[in-house]
Amino acid sequence: MTDLYDTQRAMRNMRKAALQRGVIAILDVGTSKIACLVLRFDGPERYRETDGVGSLAGQSSFRVIGAATTRSRGVRLGEIDAMNETERAIRTAVQAAQKMANVRVDHVIACFSGAKPRSYGLDGMIELHDSTVTEQDVARVMAACDVPDFGEGREVLHAQPVNFALDHRSGLGDPRGQIGNRLACDMHLLTIDRDVVQNLLYAIKRCDMELAGIASSAYASGISSLVEDEQELGAACIDMGGGATGISVFIKKHMIYADSVRLGGDHVTQDISKGLQVSLGTAERIKTFYGGVVATGMDDREMIEIGGDTGDWEHDRRTVSRAELIGIMRPRVEEILEEVRERLDGAGFEHLPSQQIVLTGGASQIPGLDGLAPKILGNQVRLGRPLRVQGLPQAATGAAFASCVGLSLFAAHPQDEWWDFEMPIERYPARSLRRAIKWFKDNW
Amino acid sequence: MQSLETAAPRRDPAPSRWAFRLHRLWLTPLFRGLMRVGLPVFALVFGLGWVFSVPENRDLVAEQIAELRRSIAERPEFMVKLMAIDGASAELAEDIREVLPIDFPRSSFDLELEALQEVVEELDAVAAADLRIRPGGILQVDVTERIPAVVWRIAGQLEMLDAVGRRVAPLAHRSDRADLPLIAGEGGDVAVPEALDLIVAAAPMAGRVRGLVRMGNRRWDVVLDRDQRILLPETGAVAALERVIALDHAQGLLARDLSVVDLRNAARPTLRMAPQALEELRRIKALERGDALQ
Repeated sequence: MTDLYDTQRAMRNMRKAALQRGVIAILDVGTSKIACLVLRFDGPERYRETDGVGSLAGQSSFRVIGAATTRSRGVRLGEIDAMNETERAIRTAVQAAQKMANVRVDHVIACFSGAKPRSYGLDGMIELHDSTVTEQDVARVMAACDVPDFGEGREVLHAQPVNFALDHRSGLGDPRGQIGNRLACDMHLLTIDRDVVQNLLYAIKRCDMELAGIASSAYASGISSLVEDEQELGAACIDMGGGATGISVFIKKHMIYADSVRLGGDHVTQDISKGLQVSLGTAERIKTFYGGVVATGMDDREMIEIGGDTGDWEHDRRTVSRAELIGIMRPRVEEILEEVRERLDGAGFEHLPSQQIVLTGGASQIPGLDGLAPKILGNQVRLGRPLRVQGLPQAATGAAFASCVGLSLFAAHPQDEWWDFEMPIERYPARSLRRAIKWFKDNW
Repeated sequence: MQSLETAAPRRDPAPSRWAFRLHRLWLTPLFRGLMRVGLPVFALVFGLGWVFSVPENRDLVAEQIAELRRSIAERPEFMVKLMAIDGASAELAEDIREVLPIDFPRSSFDLELEALQEVVEELDAVAAADLRIRPGGILQVDVTERIPAVVWRIAGQLEMLDAVGRRVAPLAHRSDRADLPLIAGEGGDVAVPEALDLIVAAAPMAGRVRGLVRMGNRRWDVVLDRDQRILLPETGAVAALERVIALDHAQGLLARDLSVVDLRNAARPTLRMAPQALEELRRIKALERGDALQ
């Protein structure tokens, strides 16, 4: 635990250093594309608290000065499959973004969708020493959360306190300074496969950059695609990516659940490729141009040239109707959505006060998805696009960039995580100098 | 797994590690500044230093520069072909031509007008000189001459002085400038303004004044004809002279047989009579006493 605490703290310090320097890179390692944004921070003094809420709800303290996207290579199901290929793709994206920004970037915040995220709800409770809650008490109660055995080879990615309760009052955002006897805390813990994240770290390190933070892409998409009251009242963000579909559930502006379905747009492409006997590239093109999930009578008459370059005239002149294409795509999309539904049900999504579901990500752009999704997920479904941030090129404002934009917001205003609080004094070694200083501070 | 010895892909859009690192290095502000400013400056300084460290190169460059300057200076537009002198008499103009050692034609780049002006103004007869180069390649010398005000006799020579006592020119004969008053004595040139005042004051008896003599470099004597002298004090000389003139006017003082009117001490004016007049006076006094009758 302490080891992880230290590495995460180190990343937080790196992020601080990057903000001081004013430039940070955002890297979204996805299955179908790798996107890199370069952000420039103007410093907090430009938009003070007294100015009221600034433009974009105060998120405009940064500006995107470089953006680049490249086709992903060597990534499968949101996980790195071929290290060298991925490294090359990351280099391509980073170099292009740097070139556009005309500035060198040393710190990078990354997100990825794979690595089998698993959510745990933790709770802890302590008796307060004196009746007022201090910062030390908050640290103690978080340390008192009993961590489940999440297994060998797993790593904690996010550990966010989502709720505090003091005696019988629950739902406190910030218990510090309040009077009570017992302090309880609920924490959301997200674990991932260690190997996957280590591969990613290694790939980024091979690009001579330092990691200043890491996040789950489902979480990042949720930050950017859910509007403020959805985050407050309870909503789920479904980030339909290329190789994996991320799910994140928010309430009271905290993520309380995240999961990932290892199915995505690439599987739809594979189905088309297999079903129509065409290459993956052609299948992707056909899906992008003619894809859909709801067939109408008109679609029976719309014929699509699927082509081929075998030299056999009959083979190369094949056509399919759009209805046939939809017939191939729809079951797979339904499967994805049903899988999502299953995960949401397992997480108890139906108990939330508001059950808004927001679909985002590249695969959410399939025409007709807004008709299909309510049949499976319930009727509060909308398609989401990420928040507009300053300086983002038009090409990068689509739903496919939700996690990029969310990660930018995450870089500017990270949520408090467990490692942002001080370590409780009991955890220090007995002869530590800091313990002595702490004792002096508390007693004098 | 891919084969390790894969043939090179047709065209890999990804930069190689080194290309990526170099690109990042190039984006580093310090390195970039060094490359864009530091390196050219260093190369320039080093190159010039290396070239100029060889004496032949230095000489060659200096020669080239001199040659270039000469070729510009010797263009006909910049040549001065003759000198025009205005405001000077013929002799003075001759003198000026003598003291200005310029052989025409000469480039105006080589003429130092201020030095030439100093040379011209060093001439006694020149009060002020103004030199400029007129279009058409003419060196124009505008001269203001000194105007002689008195003739000064010193050590057997005659000099003409202007109103402030500056030497103008020597004079061969007094009769050449009989219109100018004559002064004499050592230090006379310094006191020319006072002398001129005295001469103006002596205008009522101008016909009788032969000249002024500076005595002991202190005071003036007015020398009249018939060997008469008026000795004036050091200060208030003009007032003293006016007093004598008034006396002369009232009582015909100077018409009498006096040799000296001494006003050096204003409280005790003294007259010195001529020897014969003194004899005569004594005789008359004796007659009055009746000595001669005895």
